[in-house]
Amino acid sequence: MPCFIVDAYERYLTISIYLYKLNLMYSELVLDARFSALADPTRRAILAQLAKGEATVTELAKPFEMTQPAISQHLKVLEDAGLIDRRIEGTRRPRRLAKDGIEAMDQWLAMLRKAFEKNYNRLDKVLAEMEPNQKGRSK
Amino acid sequence: MSKMTLNIEGDTHIVVTRHFAAPPDVVYRAHTDPDLIQKWLLGPEGWTMPVCINEARPGGKFRYEWTNGKGHQFYITGEYLELVPHSRIVHVERMHLPDPTPDNHVETTFSAEGDGTLMRIRMTLPDAQTRQAMIKTGMEHGMEASYMRLEKMI
Repeated sequence: MPCFIVDAYERYLTISIYLYKLNLMYSELVLDARFSALADPTRRAILAQLAKGEATVTELAKPFEMTQPAISQHLKVLEDAGLIDRRIEGTRRPRRLAKDGIEAMDQWLAMLRKAFEKNYNRLDKVLAEMEPNQKGRSK
Repeated sequence: MSKMTLNIEGDTHIVVTRHFAAPPDVVYRAHTDPDLIQKWLLGPEGWTMPVCINEARPGGKFRYEWTNGKGHQFYITGEYLELVPHSRIVHVERMHLPDPTPDNHVETTFSAEGDGTLMRIRMTLPDAQTRQAMIKTGMEHGMEASYMRLEKMI
């Protein structure tokens, strides 16, 4: 899908253009917390679990074999980082992924991957041409 | 066949790995010979690199200029810090748009893997803030949501 690749690449460039502006515009603390939050394997597992659907503290505590206070502590870190939020349903407070926080990290990586993949697919062809003995497509 | 990985590491690193079906000396040459670099380091279709200056020696400079032929252009400048033929390149680079972005410190290694080469790039951005700002921009220009990809990433 060439359109998508071009689009991704232009986003890649746009990133750099906005770097300085963004540094001024956004709170660094929020973003910093986002990455610290991901440094812990239990919290990554919680996010992966929530990617399948919302869950309450009790439901989350079960598969992780942790106490509810311990899970609540992890959930608080994730919530403060903007990676998850909670829905109010009577007395239940199911947690779910916070769309914006997750998308931000995911999208950026996806975009960067596209830009790199394009170059390396091209490099594959250059390498094949450099090795006349090697079996492969020549162009 | 040759799957690329790109992941974040710690607060300021980005790590890319890729396998190539050619030995390390050949892959290394494709990264240091300007005539070869000009053939592949181009981004999407339609972009070309009319200027490719590359002094592949410690202390040497490089400058790559790209254009899409429709009035869009930008360039990257950088300096080589260390070169170990066929196995390791360390350099710093920044994009000019035209204001320079913060320096990106890049270490690239090439090691034999089967009949080919495993390349590993480790980028170190100047601070967590820079990488975070990059990520925040990704959201600003929001692409399609993908929680499935998140699962693979974490």
